[in-house]
Amino acid sequence: MIKAILIFNNHGKPRLSKFYEHYSEDTEQQIIRETFHLVSKRDENVCNFLEGGMLIGGSDYRLIYRHYATLYFVFCVDSSESELGILDLIQVFVETLDKCFENVCELDLIFHVDKVHNILAEMVMGGMVLETNMNEIITQVDSQNKMEKSEQSP
Amino acid sequence: ADVIATARWTNQRRAALSQRKEAYAYMPAVSKGDGMRGLAVFISDIRNCKSKEAEIKRINKELANIRSKFKGDKALDGYSKKKYVCKLLFIFLLGHDIDFGHMEAVNLLSSNKYTEKQIGYLFISVLVNSNSELIRLINNAIKNDLSSRNPTFMCLALHCIANVGSREMAEAFASEIPRILVAGDTMDSVKQSAALCLLRLYKTSPDLVLMGEWTSRVVHLLNDQHMGVVTAAISLITCLSQKNPDEFKTCVSLAVSRLSRIVSSASTDLQDYTYYFVPAPWLSCKLLRLLQCYPPPEDGAVKGRLVECLETILNKAQEPPKSKKVQHSNAKNAILFEAISLIIHYDSEPNLLVRACNQLGQFLQHRETNLRYLALESMCTLASSEFSHEAVKTHIETVINALKTERDVSVRQRAADLLYAMCDRSNAKQIVAEMLSYLETADYSIREEMVLKVAILAEKYAVDYSWYVDTILNLIRIAGDYVSEEVWYRVIQIVINRDDVQGYAAKTVFEALQAPACHENMVKVGGYILGEFGNLIAGDPRSSPLVQFNLLHSKFHLCSVPTRALLLSAYIKFINLFPETKATIQEVLRCDSQIRNSDVELQQRAVEYLKLSSIASTDVLATVLEEMPPFPERESSILAKLKKKKGPGAVSVPELDDKREGGELNGGGDRGPDTASTPSPSADLLGIRSAAPIGATPTSTGSLLVDVFSEAGPAAPSAAVNDDGFLRFVCKNNGVLFENQLLQIGIKSEYRQNLGRMYLFYGNKTSVQFASFTTTVSCPGELQSHILSTKPVEPLVEGGAQIQQVLNIECLTDFSEAPLLNIKFRYGGALQNLSLKLPVTINKFFQPTEMTSHDFFQRWKQLSQPQQEAQKIFKANHGMDTEVLKAKLLGLGTALLDDVDPNPENYVCAGVIQTKGQQVGCLLRLEPNGQAQMYRLTLRCSKDSVSMRLCELLAQQF
Repeated sequence: MIKAILIFNNHGKPRLSKFYEHYSEDTEQQIIRETFHLVSKRDENVCNFLEGGMLIGGSDYRLIYRHYATLYFVFCVDSSESELGILDLIQVFVETLDKCFENVCELDLIFHVDKVHNILAEMVMGGMVLETNMNEIITQVDSQNKMEKSEQSP
Repeated sequence: ADVIATARWTNQRRAALSQRKEAYAYMPAVSKGDGMRGLAVFISDIRNCKSKEAEIKRINKELANIRSKFKGDKALDGYSKKKYVCKLLFIFLLGHDIDFGHMEAVNLLSSNKYTEKQIGYLFISVLVNSNSELIRLINNAIKNDLSSRNPTFMCLALHCIANVGSREMAEAFASEIPRILVAGDTMDSVKQSAALCLLRLYKTSPDLVLMGEWTSRVVHLLNDQHMGVVTAAISLITCLSQKNPDEFKTCVSLAVSRLSRIVSSASTDLQDYTYYFVPAPWLSCKLLRLLQCYPPPEDGAVKGRLVECLETILNKAQEPPKSKKVQHSNAKNAILFEAISLIIHYDSEPNLLVRACNQLGQFLQHRETNLRYLALESMCTLASSEFSHEAVKTHIETVINALKTERDVSVRQRAADLLYAMCDRSNAKQIVAEMLSYLETADYSIREEMVLKVAILAEKYAVDYSWYVDTILNLIRIAGDYVSEEVWYRVIQIVINRDDVQGYAAKTVFEALQAPACHENMVKVGGYILGEFGNLIAGDPRSSPLVQFNLLHSKFHLCSVPTRALLLSAYIKFINLFPETKATIQEVLRCDSQIRNSDVELQQRAVEYLKLSSIASTDVLATVLEEMPPFPERESSILAKLKKKKGPGAVSVPELDDKREGGELNGGGDRGPDTASTPSPSADLLGIRSAAPIGATPTSTGSLLVDVFSEAGPAAPSAAVNDDGFLRFVCKNNGVLFENQLLQIGIKSEYRQNLGRMYLFYGNKTSVQFASFTTTVSCPGELQSHILSTKPVEPLVEGGAQIQQVLNIECLTDFSEAPLLNIKFRYGGALQNLSLKLPVTINKFFQPTEMTSHDFFQRWKQLSQPQQEAQKIFKANHGMDTEVLKAKLLGLGTALLDDVDPNPENYVCAGVIQTKGQQVGCLLRLEPNGQAQMYRLTLRCSKDSVSMRLCELLAQQF
């Protein structure tokens, strides 16, 4: 199960946080900080997996992350997930964002938090993977955009 | 789809892009885009804030604005509500508390506009609130959307349930969702959401999700045409299979055939589910995981097909890649690693196991760090299989190299784990040596664990004990700070018990102490071992008694109080071993810094040892300070510590091949070489030993000393709680609760309703007075049972005398922790400290209830919620004699009901527990199975916690 999905930038500013288990707001922020601290001190080209921080559940959980230019995409998962599978999932997520925002960048995530949440919701639901097919995800997102447009031009 | 973001997201490009978007796209775009200009302006404002203070100020201004808008008289239109809710979400993401807006979000749920509904659901999902009033409203909106037959709305509603997953939601929807999931006319996307929604509800409230009639149709989702549906359904099926393997076992053959179709398909067959030329990697992984919930298929055809799949996957790993992209190899290897996990899980196909091992061996040298990491990890589990252990061992050089050269600490950690797992008698020396040399530069984060591992391997595979001693002393030298007490206790235990290594140990430790700066742990080991066996090397003029003493004493002033106390004990031992050092040592003991030391413990030792050495005859001295008797063999406490550190099951500990039977009762496994289970200044290795015999057993022999130690175990200050006696009193009220060489404690107790009275009898078994005798009773956790002691006991207990204390007990509410009785007293100068669990258990407040068979089963059915029931199946610890069983069940306090259970072998009981606040009805059923020597115990109580507690207590009684 995926316990949390976090996106933050190189300075630790959160750009998306999605927890699939309930934590208090305070703890959520602490987890983001702790995760940033763990991930950001790692060199490039080391492995993409590490044991989770204390707050998220320690060595029973694993952080699987990718670093894209200014942003870290971090998935915190339990032992039932395949590490490489999750790496692929992150890649699908990023590619989908890239398609939806046409050359996605950090600003897209900042100004369209709701959209990013919607795209993620097409992939992951309640901590489990709903869909891995990018075209399917994009079709869903497109149809939502169409509905949105039609509602705006009465 | 092949052009990916990775390439584009290089730093330079990104900077350029950001600038472009910032300059041209963002501000103008939003005005013509979704039109939420206010939101974009607000976000830009925040981003332009120069300081944290400015940001907070801006946010507070906005919060005030939104609050007033929400509270204002003017009704907000859906668009404005959406805008404000978006702002709140953004503020929340920045880490600010949002305590309003929930109602507005709930209102958006009932909007007919998709965008408004969607943002309402998003807000609820991100900011869940357990406010039950709100949940009711949310549930109403969800109900409407679920019945709307609009797939988009249905998905939004299902998402919301899956995200919040509260009990109320489970109550409202648990019966509805399976219907949606299997209905023929449900859209695929809705089916996907319904599957995961159901999974979430099953995880939070398994009792409410009844799969019975749906089981087969859910399993058949594995055959669904739509791969997305299979992807979602497989998570659900995996979870359900883990919990109910029998009901779902038909999924095995379906999963195998699905897997086989994917594995044998060409890279283009599955179209969109092909990821970088790999057909459906995610689903393949999940199918392989599902199969890991089951043993190998029994059906030969299914098994053959599966083995074929696994072979194909292993073969594909050797084919040239279809793409150079890392995504391609990632996806391919994800499947490969899952296949290997399955092979290891089955642990029955030697051929596949060896192939798996070879494959992992290739990965050990792969240039991708991720693969090296995963290969090391998989190999750890492979190492414990008898079929592949030897194959794993062939990679030892590579793994050692990884330990030395990997840049990433998490990879080095895996390498260390693997070395530990592959260690056996044949390679132990090499592996231990490598681990030791790695320790010199190891990361601080893994040093302690490494130390424990080295200590365990050294002991386990020691052929000659001189190697063992060398290893541990090296360990202390290299990583003294990380050497826990367990480790140095252990080396002393072993040296004491093996006389062939004592001389070597003395010589080695003597040499180690020569180093100008040596670790305090080395001084402790040195002090202890030289104090015992210094005579074995005293013949050499380079290590004559005086040289030994001077060496030890040169470290004295650098050491902490506990170590100094230990050294003082070593000195008095020297006086016994080497009479010629007596004058020198007495001189040292007599000096002001010892005999007037501000630390009471040190001062007392100096005074007593000085006195002892001056007045005792040589014979007495020799008896008192005799060599330590061998320790009873016990399981290494280091292993326990490692297990604790890594969490149960988290580390594969090599099987201990020589099982050590700890013969003693007080759980010696956790203790050091003597009672020094706690790092208290007075509890060092020699202290208690010399203290106890002085007053009590002047003519003690070696074996008697051991008894004193193991019996007096709990007497060390802040000793571990002794609860041996505790369980014997669950079904009886009177008897001896505790006894050691010094003290006997008997109890008599009686209970009525929720009240009880307990008489405690403290008997002094010695001929010497106990001074400062005090007892305290405390209730751990919240005050659940109320205990009033009538009056404190007399502080003096004469030799041979018995004193009595009365405790009045009132049970306020049900409880599980027993009250603790703490006893302190002085005996011959040594402070004794003893903690016992008082046998006050919840069943003491039972009132028996007689009832007919009909009534019993009617009540049994009424208590049918899963939490109300607790059940245990356990092996009989005692004979299964009927009369004994009956007596125990009566002693429990319940009524033993005859002619109730249709099976006359079974026992059923009923009773009511009386607490001050409430009464808890309890029904019990005990089903013995004489043939298997097992029992099944079932309890159903009107209060969940009581079922649990009674079940725990009783499972150890029969």
